[in-house]
Amino acid sequence: MDTPTTAVIDRQGLDELLAELVSRGYRTLGPVVADGAVVTREVTSCVDLPAGWHDEQGPGRYRLHHHDGNGRLFAWAVGPTSPKALFFPPKEVVWRAAAGENGPVPVEVEGDDRAVALVGIRPCEVAALRILDGVLSGGAVTDPGYRARREAAVVVVAECGEPAGTCFCGSMGTGPGCEAGFDLALTEIGRGARWRVVVRSGSALGAELLAGITVEPITGTDEEARHKVLASARARMGRRLEVEGLAAALEAAQEDPGWAAVADRCLSCGNCTLVCPTCFCSDVEDVSDLSGGLERRRRWASCFDLDHSYLHGGAVRPTVQSRYRQWLTHKLSSWWEQFGTSGCVGCGRCITWCPVGIDLTEEATALAAGRRTVP
Amino acid sequence: MSRALHPLAPRLWRVASRTVELADVVTLGVEPDTDAGARFRPGQFNMLSAFGVGEAAISVSSRPGDNLVGHTIRDVGPVTHALALARVGDVVGVRGPFGTDWGVGPGPGPDGSPGDDGGDVVVVAGGIGLAPLRGAIDLLAEGRRPGSTTVLVGARSPDQVLFADDLARWSRAGVQVEVTVDVPGPGWTGPVGVVTGLLDRTRFDPTGAVALVCGPEIMIRFTARALMARGVDPDRIRVSLERNMQCGLGWCGHCQLGPLLLCRDGPVVPYAGVVETLLRQRQR
Repeated sequence: MDTPTTAVIDRQGLDELLAELVSRGYRTLGPVVADGAVVTREVTSCVDLPAGWHDEQGPGRYRLHHHDGNGRLFAWAVGPTSPKALFFPPKEVVWRAAAGENGPVPVEVEGDDRAVALVGIRPCEVAALRILDGVLSGGAVTDPGYRARREAAVVVVAECGEPAGTCFCGSMGTGPGCEAGFDLALTEIGRGARWRVVVRSGSALGAELLAGITVEPITGTDEEARHKVLASARARMGRRLEVEGLAAALEAAQEDPGWAAVADRCLSCGNCTLVCPTCFCSDVEDVSDLSGGLERRRRWASCFDLDHSYLHGGAVRPTVQSRYRQWLTHKLSSWWEQFGTSGCVGCGRCITWCPVGIDLTEEATALAAGRRTVP
Repeated sequence: MSRALHPLAPRLWRVASRTVELADVVTLGVEPDTDAGARFRPGQFNMLSAFGVGEAAISVSSRPGDNLVGHTIRDVGPVTHALALARVGDVVGVRGPFGTDWGVGPGPGPDGSPGDDGGDVVVVAGGIGLAPLRGAIDLLAEGRRPGSTTVLVGARSPDQVLFADDLARWSRAGVQVEVTVDVPGPGWTGPVGVVTGLLDRTRFDPTGAVALVCGPEIMIRFTARALMARGVDPDRIRVSLERNMQCGLGWCGHCQLGPLLLCRDGPVVPYAGVVETLLRQRQR
């Protein structure tokens, strides 16, 4: 029998998939409720997943609500953590050396080489990983650790049926559905006793995994149900951002007084850059210990830090206004010139986790107003 | 299991010469561990590290083909201070070379800008900005080009004039060399004032001329403006820009200037167009 590329599974099928990933030795990570949020942790079965949980999000606001009995496992949007940290760790030792008589003697750096299986990441996160690929392994020099972790990873994306109030993936073309960049794609259809998941394979490995679990053949009704879920999600997207002409408009808005207004509210805390699934800035720092041992580490950095632009004599961007402008125009404008894509996937995290609720869609729209030249 | 060297891991090169250039400037000549290590084009930079202190982006100030790779360092911060104290025989960390070059010789200029058609070349340097230009001037001074070469140098004071021996050597080789200082001292008989002042009285044909400019950003802007006023094509004005650099690979984000990642797209960029606009904007 030919292996189907699309099928339908229930909880048993999903349990079997998780068990299969674990038994193949993957560090199997999925969404769980912890610390009042949906976050990424190791999972082994559906019992670990956030059944019935829904997230309410707004500018500077995130709350979880529980709905008993609907059985849905993916009826939330995105939490504060993104897959970025798994492939591009917040802190990574890239070189180590011991003291020697004639200078440093390099020592092997051991890493955690266990491959990751990501279950239930969102289409916007798949898009974000593709953007990070462009930065860290798409240029002249490849980050070997990043690439190794990415190539070894299994991606099981969960398409979105319940976008949050801060979501705008519909505008960015990164969701709520997913057509590429996954091994398996899941879409929840129905609820309660009729809850099931449409599974599509997007790679040879995905097809192999699908062949090993209990599935039912997909029907036209199931296909239709999936399309309805996505259409409904698209219609209920909390926010939108008009991207036509936006990049050039923001470049033309460099001296707009609006930057000063948003800077009055911005705390320059860097939360937005930490929760952003594509922000890639990092510091390279050298440290030594008392035995003469040396380490070079790469650490996440934020363009909101004063030191980020430090040159002899002072920072190039000493004001919050200039730093906010750098961040926003990089995301939505200059990223295109640097890497050929947008730097924003519309996940809305920067809006939700901003302590003062600054809304990227609102700010970008206001700054671009009157400056778009749409043919 | 042995892996290839991480792109952020330094190669360990030995300091083979140390020349005190000025009170706060030294040139370290480091010995590459492989022949490939010495391959660079004038205008490019290396990430140089003092172990346990950190890394800094330092332009290569020697000439391609020299046995030692020269790095001219002004002692201004913790890393450059530690590097400036390095002694002959010490090991320093080196990564590179990175970035674009001055484009001296045949072929197009940086970022596809017009190449050198053999016209006159005007080199304008402010302070330590002469360091990344030294290798380029050495090539120009070989005199194999039809056009003339002019080197204009601005320094804070007579005792801050970098590479005085090289300036004299280039002058003997037929290069028109002019030096101006902000603050004269006893015995100084040369010009006083900003380096753009020298441009007004320099003989060169602006048609097809190429200008290479490096120095403080404000000096670069005013020099480019003066060069354009003299009729130099802004596409042929090449400037070397500086931003915080931590990786040299286009990964760390620190060296952004608008759409440019200066470690990758620079440091040498054509002045015309986007760079001119960016440098006019505040805090970019």
